[in-house]
Amino acid sequence: MNTVELFFAYFAVSMTLLSVLIISVKNPVHSILLMLVLFFHIAALYLFLNAEFLAAVQVILYAGAILVLFLFVIMMLNLKEELMSHRFINEWPIGLALGLSIIVFIFFALDKFNPNYKGTYTIEAIKAETNTKAIGKILYTEYLLPFEIASLILLIAIVGAIVMAKKEK
Amino acid sequence: MIDLIRIHTGDIIFNILIILVKTAVVFGVAMLHVAYATYFERKIIGHMQVRLGPMRVGYHGLLQPIADGVKAFFKEDIIPLNADKPVFIIAPLIAMFATISSLAVIPFFDGFVIADINVGILFLLAMSSLGAYGIVMAGWASNSKFSFLGGLRSSAQVVSYEIAMGLSLVGIMLMAGSLNLTEIVKAQQQYWHGMFLVPQFLAFFIFTVGAFAETNRTPFDLPEAESELVAGYFVEYSGMRFAFFFLAEYVGMIVMSSISVICFWGGWTLPPIIVNTFPFLGEIPGIIIFLLKVYCYLFLFYWVRATLPRYRYDQLMSLGWKVLIPLALLNIVATSLIKFFF
Repeated sequence: MNTVELFFAYFAVSMTLLSVLIISVKNPVHSILLMLVLFFHIAALYLFLNAEFLAAVQVILYAGAILVLFLFVIMMLNLKEELMSHRFINEWPIGLALGLSIIVFIFFALDKFNPNYKGTYTIEAIKAETNTKAIGKILYTEYLLPFEIASLILLIAIVGAIVMAKKEK
Repeated sequence: MIDLIRIHTGDIIFNILIILVKTAVVFGVAMLHVAYATYFERKIIGHMQVRLGPMRVGYHGLLQPIADGVKAFFKEDIIPLNADKPVFIIAPLIAMFATISSLAVIPFFDGFVIADINVGILFLLAMSSLGAYGIVMAGWASNSKFSFLGGLRSSAQVVSYEIAMGLSLVGIMLMAGSLNLTEIVKAQQQYWHGMFLVPQFLAFFIFTVGAFAETNRTPFDLPEAESELVAGYFVEYSGMRFAFFFLAEYVGMIVMSSISVICFWGGWTLPPIIVNTFPFLGEIPGIIIFLLKVYCYLFLFYWVRATLPRYRYDQLMSLGWKVLIPLALLNIVATSLIKFFF
């Protein structure tokens, strides 16, 4: 095993372990802390793939903003009541079936995966142009429409949240 | 072949050694600055209020920070009985490491930076947002209502002002065409005034207000409002753990000052017009110019603390969301339009 594989193996194993821990620890605040560690692992994996911009955004948006909001909501809950509640909802067999079918699906799709495919953006090309510029260019030319649609969806969610929060007079 | 590998690993070890030495130097100098930043804060505020400030330890109280450090080190460390112990212990460490690691990407003078990364400015924003975790976790883990309120206030405040601050720096990124801090400093040399402050005065205003809120300093020190919350999120902390929060706050101030100096005041360079008229000024080492600028900015923090009263919480929120964010967006639109047409 060379260093690259060793590096990836560490991240793959620890990310899986962390994900399992997140859903199995009893205290939701501890879950969030573990999730923070998980997000850092994801960011490191992006760095490993020469995607420094994505890594930075992963930390700023997910760890810095979204997770803080999660934390905010969880702290408002009454933890003593939450800890007493059941860990599984009644529909857990459906969830289990769905999860297992996805695993089977991935398993059969594995040999269709081609690791040697090279697009226009090779590592050398991205290094020459810097990752930030490459993402910016491709986002605003090739993928402009999906990008705008995504921003519109987010806008709708924001407007919806404001409408729901506003009390009728 | 074996020789080649040996040379290669030798290079790697040498590089790692250089990075370690650089880190040690930056860390040591930063700690010294933190110690004396507290001293100058007390002195400056003292004189502004017609007091003398610390006078007893050493000449004019010069050894006061060392005495404080020794005191904090030997104080009893108390963990409340009902506190969430692991989180209680981790929280000050998160707060401290998040701010200290920001120092890694700051170029102090030409060519001296521990990690010269392409997304330097984003890294700084990421680390400053992580500092909030330390505060929130401390507030929650202490299992005290005062701490908890302080932690909640801080998380809401940091999340809101981070947006305005990040957006204000977008103007700088647009003008420099790069996220690399060294290149941002170099891009400012093309102007006769040698700083982005002149075209980006609006961004500078937003950034400064945001920096005060991010570091929980007066007038936005609601998370630790003494008169309402005793001391806010660190009420239950004592000894070394308390000192970690203190350290995090002061390193945070130094980091914010450094970002401001790099992005708006031309970093380690002097305005070209001054250097061209008085060429001997070009001989001054960059680090001295950088530090002098940082001290001026730190002085602003102290000056504001001695002058302004604390904001009310709803005022803080409406200032952030209804004034600063729209202004920052306006600045982005204006900057991009000007850059596109001229």
